Amino acid sequence: MTTFTDPPAESFKLSMLVYDTRYRSITFQILALVAVLLLFGWLTMNTAQNLNDLGKEPSFGFLGESAGYDINQRLIDYSSQSTHLRAAFVGLLNTLLVAAMGCATATVIGVIVGVLRLSGNWLVARLMTVYVEIFRNVPVLMWIVLCMAILIEAMPAPSAFRGDNPDATMKLFDTIAITNRGVYIPEPLFSRSLGNLHIGTAFDISINLLAILFVLGVSLWIARDITRRANAKQEATGLRPRTWHTRLAVIVLPTAILLAFLGFHLGYPELKGFNFAGGTYMRNSLIALWLALSLYTAAFIAEIVRAGILAISTGQTEAAAALGLRGNRIMSLVVLPQAMRVIIPPLISQYLNLTKNSSLAIAVGYMDITGTLMGITLNQTGRELETVLLGMLVYLTISLIISGVMNWYNNRVKLVER
Amino acid sequence: MADTHAETVLFVRDTMLPQKEPPLSTVGPLGWARGNLFSGWLNSIITIVAFLFVVNLIAHLLPWFISGTWNANSLTDCRDMMAAAGREQGGACWGVIRERWPQLMFGFYPSELYWRPVLVLVLLFVALAPILFADRTPTKMLGFTMLFPFIGAWLLWGGTIWNPITALLGFVIGYFVFTFLSRVVNAGISLFLAAIAAFVWWSVLSGYVVSGLSAIAPLAIHSVQSREFGGFLLSITIGVTAIMFSLPIGILLALGRRSDLPLVKALCVGFIEFIRGVPLITLLFVASTLLNIFLPPGTNFDIILRVMIMTTLFASAYMAEVVRGGLAALGKGQYEGADSLGLDYWQAQRLIVMPQALKISIPGIVSTFIGVFKDTTLVSIISMFDPLGLANAIRADANWNGIYWELFIFIGAVFFIFCFSMSRYSMYLERKLQTGHR
Amino acid sequence: MSDTAFDTTPVIAPSALKVSDEVAIEISNMNKWYGSFHVLRDIDLTVHRGERIVIAGPSGSGKSTMIRCINRLEEHQSGKIIVDGTELTSDLKNIDKIRSEVGMCFQHFNLFPHLTILENCTLAPIWVRKTPKKEAVETAMHFLEKVKIPDQANKYPGQLSGGQQQRVAIARSLCMKPRIMLFDEPTSALDPEMIKEVLDTMIELAQEGMTMICVTHEMGFARQVANRVIFMDQGQIVEQNEPEEFFNNPRSERTKLFLSQILGH
Ligand SMILES: Nc1ncnc2c1ncn2[C@@H]1O[C@H](COP(=O)(O)OP(=O)(O)OP(=O)(O)O)[C@@H](O)[C@H]1O
Ligand SMILES: [Mg+2]
Repeated sequence: MTTFTDPPAESFKLSMLVYDTRYRSITFQILALVAVLLLFGWLTMNTAQNLNDLGKEPSFGFLGESAGYDINQRLIDYSSQSTHLRAAFVGLLNTLLVAAMGCATATVIGVIVGVLRLSGNWLVARLMTVYVEIFRNVPVLMWIVLCMAILIEAMPAPSAFRGDNPDATMKLFDTIAITNRGVYIPEPLFSRSLGNLHIGTAFDISINLLAILFVLGVSLWIARDITRRANAKQEATGLRPRTWHTRLAVIVLPTAILLAFLGFHLGYPELKGFNFAGGTYMRNSLIALWLALSLYTAAFIAEIVRAGILAISTGQTEAAAALGLRGNRIMSLVVLPQAMRVIIPPLISQYLNLTKNSSLAIAVGYMDITGTLMGITLNQTGRELETVLLGMLVYLTISLIISGVMNWYNNRVKLVER
Repeated sequence: MADTHAETVLFVRDTMLPQKEPPLSTVGPLGWARGNLFSGWLNSIITIVAFLFVVNLIAHLLPWFISGTWNANSLTDCRDMMAAAGREQGGACWGVIRERWPQLMFGFYPSELYWRPVLVLVLLFVALAPILFADRTPTKMLGFTMLFPFIGAWLLWGGTIWNPITALLGFVIGYFVFTFLSRVVNAGISLFLAAIAAFVWWSVLSGYVVSGLSAIAPLAIHSVQSREFGGFLLSITIGVTAIMFSLPIGILLALGRRSDLPLVKALCVGFIEFIRGVPLITLLFVASTLLNIFLPPGTNFDIILRVMIMTTLFASAYMAEVVRGGLAALGKGQYEGADSLGLDYWQAQRLIVMPQALKISIPGIVSTFIGVFKDTTLVSIISMFDPLGLANAIRADANWNGIYWELFIFIGAVFFIFCFSMSRYSMYLERKLQTGHR
Repeated sequence: MSDTAFDTTPVIAPSALKVSDEVAIEISNMNKWYGSFHVLRDIDLTVHRGERIVIAGPSGSGKSTMIRCINRLEEHQSGKIIVDGTELTSDLKNIDKIRSEVGMCFQHFNLFPHLTILENCTLAPIWVRKTPKKEAVETAMHFLEKVKIPDQANKYPGQLSGGQQQRVAIARSLCMKPRIMLFDEPTSALDPEMIKEVLDTMIELAQEGMTMICVTHEMGFARQVANRVIFMDQGQIVEQNEPEEFFNNPRSERTKLFLSQILGH
């Protein structure tokens, strides 16, 4: 027999649903659930009714139909006979292309500007502050449209490059042509092709490219191994061998040899008739979007970098200096590892913002996923619901992947505190 | 030994040394320049290059700016004027701003009614005063701040005065239901029921009341259609609405996200992450094409209103994350302290938690505001005529075909003034709150 | 003040630990300005090898600034500082040499929060002294044992108490085998109990004959360990003397006032 008795069985009262902590939370949640279900039910009913009235059954069949429109800037084969799905995919690749280019340049500019804002040189610091304030206080859409306007209105027409005494000349030793129709840059060409790899019937990938990537990957791996060995040597003897030249050679040489074997050369743009031919053609829309997104995001990144460096107290630098460490070692061993923890999370969310802002491509006619799927495909098929939802889903996936990476990083570098 | 050592050690200063001037090279303008501009040869080179850059920029921009083409009526007109004045390098054609600035400001709003938006703007500042300068304005003015949305909306859209009054009545009803019920049941439930009461009033009853009252007393001003809104009027209307409503909604979402109730939490997380995961433009597509599909057949409400709703939801999700950051910065002690005093959940939030959390989040809140205001330009993509939409229209006009710098400089400058002053204000507020609490 | 926490009899008889004639630090006629503010005025100070000097003085009198000048965390504008026969100039080689000879402990420890205790201690030996890692670890463990926290070696600074952190900071400096140690109020951010831990470590160090310059208000420590006390005010050295004489028979008015405030009688 136990000495404890069960608590006296209470009779259940209705008021306990609200006042008893045991039931209270369940009551509220059920209320909330009911409210949400009602809302969703109502929305779905309306949608079904409306679509029925319009005679549009929700279906994604249109994705398999031929698109019937052209996309002028693309990374993979596409023609107007291709399907809407492929058009969307071309758009997605274009989104990723401009996002990747933008993130890279924004980071470079942002880091430089952020560091210079902390420079001891008053004039330089002030100039950088002006840059940051101007760019982040004006809408990004205006920067995009402005860049586009400058490219179209202020750049010379291809015809200006003609004649014996042309009004415009190509830049950088005659390799780059900047015109009001777009920018022509040298294109990489191979005189020897290893053929193409077919993935299903949809995509072809050049084996040349794969080979280069493979060799580069192996080189990088070897280079890392060299660093590891240098670390081991330092641990054993205290002396760190100089490795940067061997590392550089390991990374550059094999790739260079492979490129030479494949007959790598650059195809330069050339004036043919009324326009340029040859070279890689980057449309104005891509350039404008890329420039504007990079400059705009760089202003935010500069602030992040600056805050990150300022977050490391002077005590840290002083302690390192008092131990006899030199400037660049203080930076690489003490300041940067700590600053990175502060910088990387907001930096990644700037990348996310840049990717989302790339949807403004539609304002300058760059065919990203918004321009293809939620633009022309929507207009041609009249499938607003399906296209917009699908587009949102794509962006949502990209965002979730990026924030997943961020969470992983945050957990990895969390400072141990008690 | 020790003694002799002590004698060598002893030292007493009989006269204190006065402050001396530092060596000349380290003070004054010269010292400042040496320290900040010319310390080391690399720094000196950089300074010179930067200085030349600035001088060059000014030398080019200044003549361009003061081109004296204020009265030109078209781009060709302007070029003729500059050619006549013998200006070779060309210059700005500010004529476009002179001709189009009413449009850039008000869009297609009837010009004889311009006083209404201007009055609203003035009233907006009056309404903001008790919030911006809380310590220097009487608290009674908060009453006006509460009324402002109704007055503002009525002045902007016009129509019968009974519309804003019945809308306001909805809140009054909600308030009375809330105060009455909260004596009987818990605050959360009474808030919920009050919201239902107000909702019933707005959606079912108010329509009859308005038509009845207008028949009796037709008090109305000239009504303006939403499609006539444009320019900065449109940006500010959308921006201010989104800013005004996103803060309370954001706070509720943030509280929901930290709630102990898994379902509430999941709903809030889902909503916030969804909105933050998609670009605003897709939400505007929803506003312009999908919202009508989601609502009962036949409802067709105003495009500005639809855009406002979407922008508000968008801003709320970001606001929620900012507020959540502030909440996370508060220690557990604050909650425990509130509990120990016997405050219930809503009291604890209102009296203890929120005042502190919001204070911490001021920089984030203001930068969300700035972001929202800048993002209002996206409506130009769904063919509304905000300043950027108008700029496109003006550039397509035969008279001004080929003009862009002047327009974008003007638009950019207006945005810059708004956003920059907001960010400075937040810094001022941060400093003030910091020193006020030491 | 916490001089009650201590038995104030000198633990090091002046004769037991002979101060050599070799000069460790020589500061002559040193001046420093912050902008137009004259922080250090005509400082003259000679420190012999094996000396243990305590610097006291009111807040803002320039104590920290002075010892920070010794390893060039601050730059002086006129006068000479010679450490171990090397003059401090803007020559980086000299600065490096002096910094690896001179260890320093800060008021707020300044441990590197992203490195473990052991990594904190081996960082400089590995990268500055080019010691093999194994050896660096052995040295680090030796000094961690000496400050009595070898078992914390793999924790992070954030997980240690203040007193433990300061002892790690001392061990970290010792790992560089410095010939001179500078302490800038090493105990003023600590609780009384932790103060004792840290002072014990410092006393032990003194007994081994380390040249030490110590800014502190721990008068018990000064009596027990120092062989010279320096009193600073308004950026200048006002009085210096042997600890017994300094405390029992202060000569200048300024010193008397300061002592009466700090000792509370
Ligand atoms: N970076 C700086 N810029 C300008 N003035 C400074 C700076 N650092 C210190 N000072 C000033 O120099 C004077 C001496 O400062 P210092 O830190 O050396 O004082 P201290 O004697 O160590 O005082 P405490 O006992 O409070 O630590 C103070 O008046 C201080 O305000
Ligand atoms: Mg000090």
